Amino acid sequence: MDKYVCLVCGYVYDPEVGDPDNDIAPGTAFADIPEDWVCPICSAPKDQFDKE
Amino acid sequence: MKALQIAEGIYDVGATDWNVRDFHGYSTDKGSTYNAFLIIDEKITLIDTVKEEFTEQMMEKIASVIDPKKIDYIISNHTEMDHSGALPRVVHRIGKDTPVYCSKMGLKNLSAHFGNKINFRAVADGEELSLGKRTLQFFETRMIHWPDSMFSYLKEDKILFSSDAFGQHYAGPEHFDDQIGEAIMPHAKKYFANILWLFAPMIKGLLTKLNGLNLPIEMICPDHGILWRDNPAKIVETYAEWCELQPQQNKALVIYDSMWHSTEAMADEIVAGLTAEGMVAKPMNLRHCHRSDVVTEAFDAKAIVVGSPTLNNGLFPTVADFLTYLKGLKPKNKQAAAFGSYGWSGEAPKLVAEQLAGMDLEMVEDPLRVQYVPDQEGCESCYEFGRRIAQAMK
Ligand SMILES: Cc1cc2nc3c(=O)[nH]c(=O)nc-3n(C[C@H](O)[C@H](O)[C@H](O)COP(=O)(O)O)c2cc1C
Ligand SMILES: [Fe+2]
Ligand SMILES: [Fe+2]
Repeated sequence: MDKYVCLVCGYVYDPEVGDPDNDIAPGTAFADIPEDWVCPICSAPKDQFDKE
Repeated sequence: MKALQIAEGIYDVGATDWNVRDFHGYSTDKGSTYNAFLIIDEKITLIDTVKEEFTEQMMEKIASVIDPKKIDYIISNHTEMDHSGALPRVVHRIGKDTPVYCSKMGLKNLSAHFGNKINFRAVADGEELSLGKRTLQFFETRMIHWPDSMFSYLKEDKILFSSDAFGQHYAGPEHFDDQIGEAIMPHAKKYFANILWLFAPMIKGLLTKLNGLNLPIEMICPDHGILWRDNPAKIVETYAEWCELQPQQNKALVIYDSMWHSTEAMADEIVAGLTAEGMVAKPMNLRHCHRSDVVTEAFDAKAIVVGSPTLNNGLFPTVADFLTYLKGLKPKNKQAAAFGSYGWSGEAPKLVAEQLAGMDLEMVEDPLRVQYVPDQEGCESCYEFGRRIAQAMK
């Protein structure tokens, strides 16, 4: 599964890790994250992420 | 030193840094201030602190109002050390248990700076804290300009403590917008261009969110420079405009460095060509103009033309510095071109063009090179280069 990088702050979403603080379980592909999820560092919306 | 009362029971207890000229690589020709605010209520509250070396100045100002030991709460709107540097010493002085309210990211970032011995308490976006007669409400403002940034809004007095947003690096005899007038705007713009440009799309969203909240605002107190009490709406509206990143249609900037004046002569001819076609154009030499001033000018230019002589098969270092700095600011909606004088191998103009293209700028011309000192033909080719760029801008 691909990692995605936030274009605003550089945070990398790693599907293996997920974002458990915000209810995204490890193993969740980026595409399967709900659309209203935002970057845990800078709050940028999902469309601000690019495949790493 | 005495604190300045800015509203009934509210004091600026910050410090003026008259002599700072380099602020993390940003030129502060007029110095700066680190504003911190003291609210006298049932709970005595300090909003932000100062750079560590100004701790005593702040403590003295606080002491001119109350015994600092009486401070009940500290609010940290932003982790960066120009506002948090004094925290450990202040907390040590007034009591180790004093709660320091900050954002969720503030908790992480303050801990990374100062460890976990301070009683940091994270607040949620929109959360309120009663000070007695008054209430503070907190708003997360991530990336204005660190992930931890937040605003504190004093509801009853309608005062927004905006941390780095709406600030300016300016030290002067004035404290309020009505005392300085338009003269403060270039400093506010420089601040925006150098610190916030890259976050403009996010700030736009934030301003929309804040507008939606319809908070009445009578005064905006940033952590640097002048406080906005005469017309606080003006700076908010100006920020909204800046966030649109709309260039001035007829403004071009020719940015260069030069070893033996050849690239300089090219720059002057390019400016003349641009001007002949009705553009507002000017050259800026990177060894004489600070990168942060060049970027301020570049912020609202429609076209930037960047020149470098070739040095040891590469870019001149000041040009590389500028391009690195500019890239980080994520410029958008601009046209660009590259030029430079060379002796034998002549790599620099192409390297400049590659970097500008890599920033997603629209390259309107192939890189222009002139060998050694431009002769009449070389000068004419630069002049025409300027004219063609102007045509592309129309
Ligand atoms: C203007 C400015 C921009 C920054 N941008 C970033 C950034 O994009 N990503 C990041 O991880 N840290 C960023 N930082 C944080 C610094 O890297 C951080 O404060 C670091 O500890 C500074 O190290 P130094 O003290 O050696 O300069 C920024 C800091 C400043 C002042
Ligand atoms: Fe800051
Ligand atoms: Fe600051």
